[in-house]
Amino acid sequence: MGIRKRTVGVWGIWLLASLALAGWLGLPLLKKDTPKTAFIPGAMTHGHHQIELQCGACHGDGFNSQEVLQDACVNCHGDELKAAQDAHPKSKFTDPRNADRLANVDARFCVSCHVEHRPELDVGMGVTLPMDMCVHCHEDIASERPSHEGMGFDTCASAGCHNFHDNRALYEDFLLAHAGEPWLKPEPVQPPRHGWRHDMDDAELVALLRGDGPPPASVKEPEHWDGNAHAEAGVACTACHGSAEQWVDTPEPLQCARCHEPEVEGFTRGRHGMRLGMALSPMTPAQSVLNMHVEASHRELTCVSCHGAHDFDTQKAAVDACVGCHNDEHSNEYLRSPHHDLWKREKRGELPPGSGVTCATCHMPREAHNGDVRVQHNQSLNLRPVEKMIRPVCLTCHGLEFSIDALADPHLLENNFRGKPDIHVPSVDMARERDESRDGKKGLY
Amino acid sequence: MQAMQDVVKHKVSILMATALSALLLSGCGEEEAKPAGGIDPKVYTDSLFAVMNADRTNYTKLIIARLGPQGADSIKPHEYWEDLDNGAPLPAQMFRYGAEAVSETSSDFSYSLQSLWPINSQNAPKTELEKEGLQFIVDNPGENFYGTETLGEVSYYTAVYPDVAVAAPCVACHNNHKDSPKTDFEMGDVMGGVVIRVPM
Repeated sequence: MGIRKRTVGVWGIWLLASLALAGWLGLPLLKKDTPKTAFIPGAMTHGHHQIELQCGACHGDGFNSQEVLQDACVNCHGDELKAAQDAHPKSKFTDPRNADRLANVDARFCVSCHVEHRPELDVGMGVTLPMDMCVHCHEDIASERPSHEGMGFDTCASAGCHNFHDNRALYEDFLLAHAGEPWLKPEPVQPPRHGWRHDMDDAELVALLRGDGPPPASVKEPEHWDGNAHAEAGVACTACHGSAEQWVDTPEPLQCARCHEPEVEGFTRGRHGMRLGMALSPMTPAQSVLNMHVEASHRELTCVSCHGAHDFDTQKAAVDACVGCHNDEHSNEYLRSPHHDLWKREKRGELPPGSGVTCATCHMPREAHNGDVRVQHNQSLNLRPVEKMIRPVCLTCHGLEFSIDALADPHLLENNFRGKPDIHVPSVDMARERDESRDGKKGLY
Repeated sequence: MQAMQDVVKHKVSILMATALSALLLSGCGEEEAKPAGGIDPKVYTDSLFAVMNADRTNYTKLIIARLGPQGADSIKPHEYWEDLDNGAPLPAQMFRYGAEAVSETSSDFSYSLQSLWPINSQNAPKTELEKEGLQFIVDNPGENFYGTETLGEVSYYTAVYPDVAVAAPCVACHNNHKDSPKTDFEMGDVMGGVVIRVPM
């Protein structure tokens, strides 16, 4: 009898332990925001760690297909690659004549090079990246370009000469077209931003501005309302806070998209807003893998974190908002940089508008779209590799050779471009030499 | 003679229509519309080439030849057309864009433009059959080349068709391009070949 009781007891403990284990493992799967740490096979890279709890964003429902993973990559990054005139699109590798190359690197799938859950393989690009990828297909490059004889297999991309995807600022004819430019252009000014009337007609605009009637009688005008862009444009309180009957004191984080859709779309694609884009709680500096100011740890990143709830101060958003959280060497050195001096002089009215260089000037560049100049709110878009910054940012004020050299100099990246580059990347020289060796022969057009 | 031409045209039309129907059906997700299911691979690739060649010739003659220095000079056909406000893709690029678009929607066939004298070295023949075929169509003007090959453990029916200089810009551009290995092309020359592959 005693033995029987003991057996029942052991079975009971086993059952309880199993249920507890099942609960511990299973319950997190039922709730989106609950950490699923037990199921994560390894930490995520810088590029994706914010959304590591959202397993389904990459794996879909069933973890059952390489195509699902590939679709997830393309869903978020496909447009960027198309805009970058991707030098190695998938179609280049699906041609059967490249079957032997696929046997070395299956470039049809992003994960062949960019592995996740293995951050120890990250070489500082935010994603993992094999350093020998070029050699698999281009090992005989010296036979076509003798100037490349003896160059190391790991130097193709590391020297600021080539990128696998985005070579818009690095291809030979572009180098030749910009050869000999001065380090600083005669009129180093960025274009003015246009308003926010994106793809809307006047009637739509007016309806949005008017909102849903007057606010509740108890609502007082906010402190910083006078003179801000919304007040000047005649935006009603209810346009953001909802009608008197459905009034909310704090609008949803992405409420701004009602009028500022392109900006919010960019924001939710970048590292600041991708958690919101995945329906997770807002990003906070505490969750960042970069150095942040301790006192900023629990600030939530939404539109108003940088723009303010009612002052909508773009000057504050362009610098103060950034350095209020970021505490790395590059960010801190900005306040002592020549770029910041220009910004101070512009604010004092000593230089024309657009002369100053803020954090946003480089990380959130102004882009022209069908005649409208908008601010790109995906601040991660041109971050890695750094050469992606050359065309949309550096060339606005600087020559190409100087820009390539400056971005290749790690010391300048750390001290926020205080001084001239100590490194010279010979890509323009090589393009020029090759051009001259062909007697400067130009194409028909 | 005219009647005979009409008959040939009629037959070609039927063949093309059959091939295109097969393509359309496969594009609509019909179960396994393989070339072996009733259409001779040669007829299939010949028909595909007929469409490709017609479009390629028309783009070159009707668009490119009317632009650039010899024409209106308002829209510039250029290799880096995306970097020009008034740029337009070159005929070889237009052809490649078509091949890339097809590769995204179908694995029933693939095609590419290649040459023994490519401006872009990636467009040189690579497989043994491509090398043999490209040389054959240069040595035998007016003839096509057909064969089978195995690439990555898949067998292919591979056809190579001559790509002939049909308009002045073809010759002028290739003879003047700084990366062209051959600078004495003349009108009517075989400048390269269209390689079409069908998995068997």
